[in-house]
Amino acid sequence: MSAPPFTAPPRSRRTNHRAPASRRAPRRRRTADRPRRSVVLTVLMGLTALYALLPLAWLVINATKTQKNLLDSFGLWFSGDFALWDNISQTLTYDDGIFVRWFLNTLLYVVVGAGGATFLAVLGGYGLAKFDFTGKRAVFATVIGAVAVPATALAVPTFLMFSKMGLTNTPWAVIIPSLISPFGLYLMWVFAAEAVPTELLEAARVDGSGELRTFFQVALPLLTPGIVTVLLFTMVQTWNNYFLPLIMIKDPDWYPLTLGLNAWNQQASTAGGQPVFNLVITGALLTIVPLVAAFLLLQRYWQSGLAAGSVKG
Amino acid sequence: MTAATPLSTGRRPPAGTSRNRRGRVGWLFVGPFMAVFALVFLAPICYSLYLSFFRDQLVGGTSFVGLDNFQRAFEDDQFWSALGRVAVFLAVQVPVMLGLALLVALALDSGRLYGKSFFRISVFLPYAVPAVVATLMWGFIYGTRFGLVGNINDALGVSLPDPLSPSLVLASIGNIVTWEFIGYNMLIFYSALRVVPKSLYEAAEIDGAGQWRIIAAVKIPAIRGALVIATIFSVIGSFQLFNEPSILQSLAPNAITTYFTPNLYTFTLSFSGRQQNYAATVSLVMGVVTMIIAYAVQLRGMRKEA
Amino acid sequence: MRTMTRRAMRGVGLLCAAALSLTACGSSDDSGSDKAVSGGDLRAALREGGSITVWAWEPTLKQVVTDFQKEYPKVKVKLVNAGTGNDQYTALQNAVQAGSGVPDVAQVEYYALGQFALGKSLEDLSRYGADKFKDAYSPGPWNAVTVDDAVYALPMDSGPMALFYNKKVLDKHQIATPTTWDEYLEAARALHAADPKAYIANDTGDAGFTTSMIWQAGGTPFKTRDTNVTVDLTNDKGVVAFTKVWQKLIDEKLLAPISSWSDEWYKGLADGTIATLATGAWMPANFVSGVEGASGDWRAAALPQWKKGEEVSSENGGSSLAVMKASKNKDLAYAFNEYANHSEGVQARLEGGAFPATTADLSSPTFLEQTFPYFGGQKANEIFARSATQVPEEWSYLPYQVYANSVFNDSVGKAYVSDTKLIDGLKAWQKAAVDYGTEQGFDVNK
Repeated sequence: MSAPPFTAPPRSRRTNHRAPASRRAPRRRRTADRPRRSVVLTVLMGLTALYALLPLAWLVINATKTQKNLLDSFGLWFSGDFALWDNISQTLTYDDGIFVRWFLNTLLYVVVGAGGATFLAVLGGYGLAKFDFTGKRAVFATVIGAVAVPATALAVPTFLMFSKMGLTNTPWAVIIPSLISPFGLYLMWVFAAEAVPTELLEAARVDGSGELRTFFQVALPLLTPGIVTVLLFTMVQTWNNYFLPLIMIKDPDWYPLTLGLNAWNQQASTAGGQPVFNLVITGALLTIVPLVAAFLLLQRYWQSGLAAGSVKG
Repeated sequence: MTAATPLSTGRRPPAGTSRNRRGRVGWLFVGPFMAVFALVFLAPICYSLYLSFFRDQLVGGTSFVGLDNFQRAFEDDQFWSALGRVAVFLAVQVPVMLGLALLVALALDSGRLYGKSFFRISVFLPYAVPAVVATLMWGFIYGTRFGLVGNINDALGVSLPDPLSPSLVLASIGNIVTWEFIGYNMLIFYSALRVVPKSLYEAAEIDGAGQWRIIAAVKIPAIRGALVIATIFSVIGSFQLFNEPSILQSLAPNAITTYFTPNLYTFTLSFSGRQQNYAATVSLVMGVVTMIIAYAVQLRGMRKEA
Repeated sequence: MRTMTRRAMRGVGLLCAAALSLTACGSSDDSGSDKAVSGGDLRAALREGGSITVWAWEPTLKQVVTDFQKEYPKVKVKLVNAGTGNDQYTALQNAVQAGSGVPDVAQVEYYALGQFALGKSLEDLSRYGADKFKDAYSPGPWNAVTVDDAVYALPMDSGPMALFYNKKVLDKHQIATPTTWDEYLEAARALHAADPKAYIANDTGDAGFTTSMIWQAGGTPFKTRDTNVTVDLTNDKGVVAFTKVWQKLIDEKLLAPISSWSDEWYKGLADGTIATLATGAWMPANFVSGVEGASGDWRAAALPQWKKGEEVSSENGGSSLAVMKASKNKDLAYAFNEYANHSEGVQARLEGGAFPATTADLSSPTFLEQTFPYFGGQKANEIFARSATQVPEEWSYLPYQVYANSVFNDSVGKAYVSDTKLIDGLKAWQKAAVDYGTEQGFDVNK
């Protein structure tokens, strides 16, 4: 009834939702008759992990080299002076410390953009899952349909519109479009459908609680794992956003990190420009670190959020 | 049936006015999303549609041309070759990526691995890398002279084919995209597998069914929803392929043409070629094609499930 | 819903603030559009002050802006790097079309000027008296910024071509510096035979380089009169001369398949893989900053000739500063432009490593006698300055060269990676240029 068109109606699987406590139960059971560990399978997985990590290893190794060393040494091993700290301090101070500014911009875009996107997705997903209203079925079809139109196509019209509204070259030009996360809406829809029992809402209503209060006091706590998941997805998206700022932002003072790194990379290709590949590589490393840290810190939450049936049909 | 009907009538207060009120409340929740959505998606799409009926020339300015742009799109070899290219990409890369992601997810779920959490996080890490950085990295690695490929050639005295040559560049891009998104899809599948009720395959295990049999008969059907949604988003992603080829273009200018993918083509048209009107037309056609394919995937996924 | 409303309100407030600050930026609107402006008017404008935005990626302008603001404390110049080359043109085009966010001054490369001039986006600077500067600039750049009587920009730098060569590599294999392109071909063969890892040059198909070579060979493949455009990339004499030699270099695999400006390219220049480089005189600054490792190995020489004994050169790259028609403060914009490219600013830029377009500097003894430690103490400016006087004047670019160059590799690039012949690639490029021109309303090849 409340399920989006792409999935079977969610079966009630309440026991599985309340992570992590309830998830431990089946896991422990599994331990009892745990299948034998396989060396072959582990080796195969090891190859996959190698594939995933090799380029990252390359990045870390090369962040320790100077510009000159970068060009004349073997790519996958350390060479010459260990210049990582020097590279980091250069990255942070080059061009009057513009990298720090880009970092703060990115942080702003992520906090407001991803935060706002999560907020809208949670509201919308909850509304779709828990209320009946006309036009509800059309909503998701429209969203998916619109997502199918190539982003580059929308770029120029969006630019012209934003330009008329005076939004280009301001943070809003990046933030407003990142407020929409169709995947986030979808996740929250399915998640809310399962995690918030309608009976609980009815009970709150009978007690005279308004819809908003019910949402904030009853539904929101139950939605937390899903929210963390959506927040992480939108964070990654906003953190890695490239194409949109490329068109909207022409003032380097408002660049996010991705654009800034690209600008540094291009600096090598201008007359009189100074190639700073070492700073591009170190900057790339510094760009990834906060996201990786966020993953590691939040992985418990968000895996349970995903697992709690959020992407499960 | 009898169980369902009372649920829908019995729960609600009998008054019809309340139902309307609740409907309005529903829109109140969905409204903010839809309002911003209308601003950043629907309005530009409508504007594109409007633009597609005009032509803007360096000499002569803007004029109404009716459906000329659409006619031109249907006769445009460059557009169709770009579409064909992403179709090939879609047909090969998406199954490979999703297949690998599924295998990794199944391996993690099987409990037969040493160091499971290490594998889980390491396969997932590339997703944290911005496409710009990922492409720069792989670009360095692909270099046949000074990159890793070149190093391997020197060290082993072999000569590997150039990954950025016209015949291999699509595969090389496929590799980058696979690398970026394998972990993301793996996690979606893995999470879905985690909540497959154990009871579903315990019975099969008791009956003596092998692991492969359980995977094929129990696990995969149980996560079909996740498979369908991952496929749909991958289809859309493939059709919108842009960042990777556009950044690699400076390294392989002759292998990656300006009409390599439909998105790259519309970008060239509107940005270098100032043909926004025609670019808008091509994009709309592309959007319709993408929607049809996504819809077909969904239908197929649903039919199997029924 | 209270939170939502407050959020929305705050958003609206910020939007208004943003909009206000945008409109407030262009303070003193200047008067009539075609009226002549005297030096006195400009000085008054400078005294009154105001703020202007300059879009440029040229690194030496930073110093100029600092000096300019020190001299005229009431003028605020915001220097913005809005992208290099095509990225910036795209942004400029978008801003012009949207009618907002257009800078007052923009850096435009010579090959791209025609497009903006034709689009009526640029101010004709002759009303400021810039039409009297003809003798102040070397002929190549000056021709590029003028259309009939109109002056659409002031030349900022220039790129008279020279041949940079790795003396260490050529000496090692006892190869003489080539003085003609036929000798160049011989040198390429000898070098590659002596060391299969070394190449005479890198080339993966570059529109700017190709057109410069055709220019040097006396070609005039593009001609424009009003909206009548002629494109001849098949029978033009420059095209024929160029393809004859270059096809052999490609066929015999004597060109390193490395794209210019990539990290591999910098590596190749440093380690001797790429032995020569025919390019503009702005290159030394890039050598110093990007190819540190090979300091002392490289030298400059005159560009090889198509016919032995001739002295003909060409231009590669180089850019100008234009005043945008949409600028709200054109007087100040022009005053800055003139400062940067005609008076005091030029010296600061030369010290920053830029190559001048001004004849006074090109012939000044201090400039000519400057020694380049990177080139082993060579007085390289003598070669470059000489080259600047040898550029054929008949040349012109297409009025939509930016687009044409952006699709160059789609057609001509095939010659570098398949059996397609260079001349056929150029033929296909011609077709693309003709089709696009026709599409844009020009009468092409009629």
